Amino acid sequence: MKRDTFLPLLGVAGLIAVWYLAVWARVVDPVLLPSPDQTFAALVKGMAGGKLGHDFWRTVERTAYATAIAAVIAIPFGVLLGANEKAYRAVEFVIDFFRSTPASAMFPLFLVIFGVGDMTKILVASFGALLVILFNVAYGVMNARKTRLLAAKVMGASRLRVLTDVMLLESLPQTFVGLRNGVSLALVIVVVAEMFIGSTDGLGHRVFEAQQLFAMPDMYAAIFAAGALGYGLNLLFMLVEKRYVHWSGK
Amino acid sequence: MDRVNGAAAVAATPGAAPAGEAHITIRGLSKRFQGAVIYDNFDFDIPRGRFLSIFGPNGCGKSTLINIVAGLIPADAGTILFGGKTLMETKIGYVFQNYREALFPWLRSIDNIEYPLKLARLPKREREEKVEKLVTHLGVKIDLKRYPYELSGGQQQLVSIMRALVVEPEVLFLDEPFSALDYEMTLFMREQLQRIFLETGTTTVLVSHDLEEAVYLADRVLLLSRRPAQVADFPVIRMPRPRNDDTLSDPAFVAVKGHCLEVFQREVRKG
Repeated sequence: MKRDTFLPLLGVAGLIAVWYLAVWARVVDPVLLPSPDQTFAALVKGMAGGKLGHDFWRTVERTAYATAIAAVIAIPFGVLLGANEKAYRAVEFVIDFFRSTPASAMFPLFLVIFGVGDMTKILVASFGALLVILFNVAYGVMNARKTRLLAAKVMGASRLRVLTDVMLLESLPQTFVGLRNGVSLALVIVVVAEMFIGSTDGLGHRVFEAQQLFAMPDMYAAIFAAGALGYGLNLLFMLVEKRYVHWSGK
Repeated sequence: MDRVNGAAAVAATPGAAPAGEAHITIRGLSKRFQGAVIYDNFDFDIPRGRFLSIFGPNGCGKSTLINIVAGLIPADAGTILFGGKTLMETKIGYVFQNYREALFPWLRSIDNIEYPLKLARLPKREREEKVEKLVTHLGVKIDLKRYPYELSGGQQQLVSIMRALVVEPEVLFLDEPFSALDYEMTLFMREQLQRIFLETGTTTVLVSHDLEEAVYLADRVLLLSRRPAQVADFPVIRMPRPRNDDTLSDPAFVAVKGHCLEVFQREVRKG
């Protein structure tokens, strides 16, 4: 068992080895592909008091706001729609349609309405995340185990108690699926928005600027910072779920 | 017709039937499911303080009957009274076949058992006392601080049964409670259920698909016909309690079980 926990490191070591090999064999122009240590040095330098650290936290901030706004709206509405299946069926097509619409296609519209400020980036990202969370919460509530609802009913629970004591808790595992997908999507949209919508900071801006300046180690460092952020956010939600939704998958 | 009435059924176990007072009266019950008539003007009395098993062909509406009586599904027509009271005025306990989906996995076992008391707005102290009393009474040796999914199937179903019993119900309904358990656990749970019945004397209604189990546990067995379900027979099981493994090989037990099987097979062949 112990040995298995180190297995993921094998892939990381393999990737770095291939990278070194590619640099050493000059498979790619050295200007385009700096070595792993150059990149790592840029990452450490950037994160420890450099521009990258500041941009990293700006992206975290925007993603957090976007996800929070989305969750605050989507969870109550998802519960209401899920508890009332007819209402959900009525809006299902609209939700599915906009859930399938690339949020990046909405940038111009949001720019026209909200201007080029921070608000626009956050709101486009919440728009994308909102529909994903809403959809998952509603399905979580709708797919509540019928036996469990009946069990509460036969014990004398009112409709409201069934909703608060059973349906809400039943939907939690699926809600977390929605939150995890939602935060990932919000990050994607925030980073893209930071590249193009008149930005002065954020990881998207850092990647874009480094590319414009041909500062390749900085660009790779920013990409890895973005990757670490995405992975970290996912992990965070997984840990929170494991702690508070301990029955998930059991 | 070849349908036997209550008096004739007693012939299988000679002697006068005990005069059981009706606890639940079912009158004019009708129920259709997607066009199929399950019950059509069905009348039946469930005796008070007795253990009733319901047995019959597949899809004849065994579970439907207790689900309607327990208020889980609505009847199309008919009245059901519990000693003259409505369901709303009656405390009942219900045990589902699928304990995994009937217990609340977000609550510890002990909180699952307390839940119906919480719904009844009992203060924490009283809830704890009642659960404690029940645990001692039944001699349960499960760590109730664990979550249901940390327990074995049998233990989970025992928690389910305790959750149903903690409100001191007037009637306890069990819908094939042991059919998801392995044989060893089923035998153990039968004994638990018999003990609970002996200790509490609660009117108990068990739906079973295992004839031996139905007869072994029951004071009376309701044998249903194919649908629309009618009473095919309603034999009295006179074996003394507590029953044990020897009961299973007792000639009287074997005879009444054989009689039930005969009635059952006659009903199956009619289909």
